[in-house]
Amino acid sequence: MAQVSMTVNGAVKSGEVEGRTLLSTFLREGLGMTGTHVGCDTSQCGACAVHVDGKLVKACTMLAMEADGAEVATIEGQANADGSLNTIQQAFQDHHGLQCGFCTPGMVMSAAALLKENPTPSETEIREHLEGNICRCTGYHNIVKAIMAASGQDVTAIAAE
Amino acid sequence: MPKDSGIGASSKRREDVRFLTGAGNYTDDINVNGQAYVHFLRSDIAHGTINKIDTSAAAAMPGVIKIFTAEDFAAVGGVPCGWQVTDKHGNPMQEPKHPVLAEGKVRYVGEMIAGVVAETAEQARDAAEAIELDIAELPAVVDMKAAVQDGAPKVHDDLPSNLCYDWGFVEENKGAVDEAIANAAHVTTLELVNNRLVANPMEPRVAIGDFARGTGDSTLYTTSQNPHVIRLLMGAFVLGIPEHKLRVIAPDVGGGFGTKIFHYAEEAFVTFAAKAINRAVKWTSSRSEAFISDAHGRDHVTKIDLALDADNNFTAIRTETYANMGAYLSTFAPSVPTWLHGTLMAGNYKTPVIYVNVKAVFTNTVPVDAYRGAGRPEATYQLERLIDKAARELGVDPIALRRQNFVTEFPYETPVAVAYDTGDYNATMDTLEQIADLSGFEARLAESKAKGKLRGLGVNCYIEACGIAPSNLVGQLGARAGLYESATVRVNATGGLVVMTGSHSHGQGHETAFPQVIAEMIGIDESMVEIVHGDTANTPMGMGTYGSRSLAVGGSAMVRATEKIINKTKKIAAHLLEAAEADIELKDGQFSVAGTDKSVAWGDVTLAAYVPHNYPLEDIEPGLEETAFYDPSNFTYPAGAYACEVEVDPDTGKVTIERFSAADDFGNVVNPMIVSGQVHGGIAQGVGQALLEGVVYDENGQLLSASYMDYAMPRADDLPFYAVDHSNGTPCTHNPLGVKGCGEAGAIGSPPAVVNAVVDALQRNGSNVTHIDMPLSPSRVWDAMNS
Repeated sequence: MAQVSMTVNGAVKSGEVEGRTLLSTFLREGLGMTGTHVGCDTSQCGACAVHVDGKLVKACTMLAMEADGAEVATIEGQANADGSLNTIQQAFQDHHGLQCGFCTPGMVMSAAALLKENPTPSETEIREHLEGNICRCTGYHNIVKAIMAASGQDVTAIAAE
Repeated sequence: MPKDSGIGASSKRREDVRFLTGAGNYTDDINVNGQAYVHFLRSDIAHGTINKIDTSAAAAMPGVIKIFTAEDFAAVGGVPCGWQVTDKHGNPMQEPKHPVLAEGKVRYVGEMIAGVVAETAEQARDAAEAIELDIAELPAVVDMKAAVQDGAPKVHDDLPSNLCYDWGFVEENKGAVDEAIANAAHVTTLELVNNRLVANPMEPRVAIGDFARGTGDSTLYTTSQNPHVIRLLMGAFVLGIPEHKLRVIAPDVGGGFGTKIFHYAEEAFVTFAAKAINRAVKWTSSRSEAFISDAHGRDHVTKIDLALDADNNFTAIRTETYANMGAYLSTFAPSVPTWLHGTLMAGNYKTPVIYVNVKAVFTNTVPVDAYRGAGRPEATYQLERLIDKAARELGVDPIALRRQNFVTEFPYETPVAVAYDTGDYNATMDTLEQIADLSGFEARLAESKAKGKLRGLGVNCYIEACGIAPSNLVGQLGARAGLYESATVRVNATGGLVVMTGSHSHGQGHETAFPQVIAEMIGIDESMVEIVHGDTANTPMGMGTYGSRSLAVGGSAMVRATEKIINKTKKIAAHLLEAAEADIELKDGQFSVAGTDKSVAWGDVTLAAYVPHNYPLEDIEPGLEETAFYDPSNFTYPAGAYACEVEVDPDTGKVTIERFSAADDFGNVVNPMIVSGQVHGGIAQGVGQALLEGVVYDENGQLLSASYMDYAMPRADDLPFYAVDHSNGTPCTHNPLGVKGCGEAGAIGSPPAVVNAVVDALQRNGSNVTHIDMPLSPSRVWDAMNS
């Protein structure tokens, strides 16, 4: 067992981990931050996506010890300071970009990373960016629409609802 | 003008806020004080005799609390099957025992052999690797047709063969169907495979068993679509726990799509083990485990014939299907290829006689059961591929051939036992032609051609039976359960409502849509209504969510319970207003006396019910809480027309979906935004089946497609924006909301559209390809083009 310490959503957090403990396991079980979900074990689904030092990372693919000293951002820290939904979260609600909600934390974190790099992505760019995030409920229509809307693009021409 | 609240409004989903902020409460997010963890040792051999399980080394590993094998479950029942099908000779299906842990033999890769309970999940996994297993491998049967040949290895030694049942429907019509086909002006025949799929909700299954020594009560937290069904099946048939000593909680559930309907052995294990070690026991499935333990879907091999007269009217349909059951009967497996499939073989068309034969077969594979649509996609795919092939053979327009044979008068009694109450198939086809811009197809075809791509257009219709189901009818058909739904409406003193329902939401937005209905009935704000579901301790006995039944059946129960509430509040209001009950009207949350300006507010009446100082206590009880159980009198029949346009790359065989349009008749619609979302997701799953997804076993019963690296899930760049429409609702005539259900339509209606489009693209390019089996991977399409 080893001690790790990292800044998670602005607060310093530490705990004991095994060498094999994944960052996703540390967040969920070590810190009780269960918003980061684990949907597969082959780094395919993206439900566990978080930001580590500003980069989009699948938390099931990184050892907790590798994140020692890092700045980690998770879904729990995404809302505005007053607790209201941030622009991306609000767009997901407004455009019904989620159903069961399980892939949603990863989708929101992935969308945030995209919009940071590319503030007004095209439909194709969004779809290609989301290659690493699987959603089984929405058929992606409303997720893509929500991300376009969150980037300030007019989505009224995209099929209703 | 679209409404901004109540029935017909696209109210934003209230549940989204917790899901978007990481505050959902999924089963794996729950931890019970002092819980231990189980790791299951699963068979990596498809068929074999267990000679020895030596757990001694594993039991000595750090943290191990107890290792369970079949011996520990000797006094426990098997996992039950909930539906008994009767074969064409009148005999019951073959029903093998389904033990919690493998007894003597293993019958599929993934079958649980032992459960290692330890202090941590890692210790349990480490110890499971130290169990010494001696299994003598036997020949496996994977192919269904081979499995029913004489001399095939038997999955269950105590059964006469691998045939579960041989079902004929309607058996008395067989002679007439054979005769009609023999005398037809034209017969079109198609052999096809409905590919085996894995449902793959994004949340893997989780189960936590807990036992309270002080009270003797057991609790199971589980990822289920129907906690009451699990309580009944596990309590009564497996563990012998009466329902009042067993609580099942299914909190936020991350998608179901059918595969979370069933009672699984893992649930029984953790509940049993928790009592045995007097500590909570938690199991969290990995995705790899899910592929070899979640019930799979589809897996039919079919030959179908369509007979037409000289005027191209359909005169008969005959279909013969082999349906894979896997190694054991999952909860509702026998019903899927029979009653959920055969009864839909008429489709949207007038065909006088139909005969359906289904042979259900045991194989050394994971059990197969309902997956989104369950039986209805299989029926739709056969019929709609077949009609397309017939149109091509006859040289007629596929849409015109469909329109010519549409059912146009309702109610319509099909020759396969069901009666459609309403529908307008020409209206949905008209809408489809508009939203799909079929008149612009030729121009798009030319554009594709200029890019060197082959473009194709596929159109099809579908009908499904939803709102499952009339209990007396399904009882006759072999169901070992009723299929009503329940609701308790509790009005609090200050006027807010809590609705406790047996329906379960795992993505469908019940917490938003159900209040829209109740708020409109009373005339109050939706935010005054809260939905409680997913816990047998605080909801009335209900059958859960599947078969697009929640609004049609569960919503109807809510309407009935709310009507009882309204009747009672009118009595109270009449007393308060000193008026006759018959003169009381409820509108916008105000009770008024007809023709006067006297009124009393909803909140004053509800307060009076709980503070009955001025109250007709001699006539009615205080309090305001009513329960209703609703048992539907018929299925509902959503229907529609779908169109897909594809481009095929002639060099690689790769298919891309360029346009997808869906025109559906769901009857009345409560929340159009949610309904469209359901259709979108269904289309993606149907396109996934058509282009990408497929379970592959090798001849030894090893699952080759056992991870997301090998099983192709649809991703965002596999799909376009969709055009969907549900404006042609013909209201259901037999439920109070006039709703039909929308959850499965997309997955039912979309696969034939995709395959029809690819065949169209190839034929426009001069190919004589008439069919390609799903999934239409680039290699399959390229092979078909170049054969």
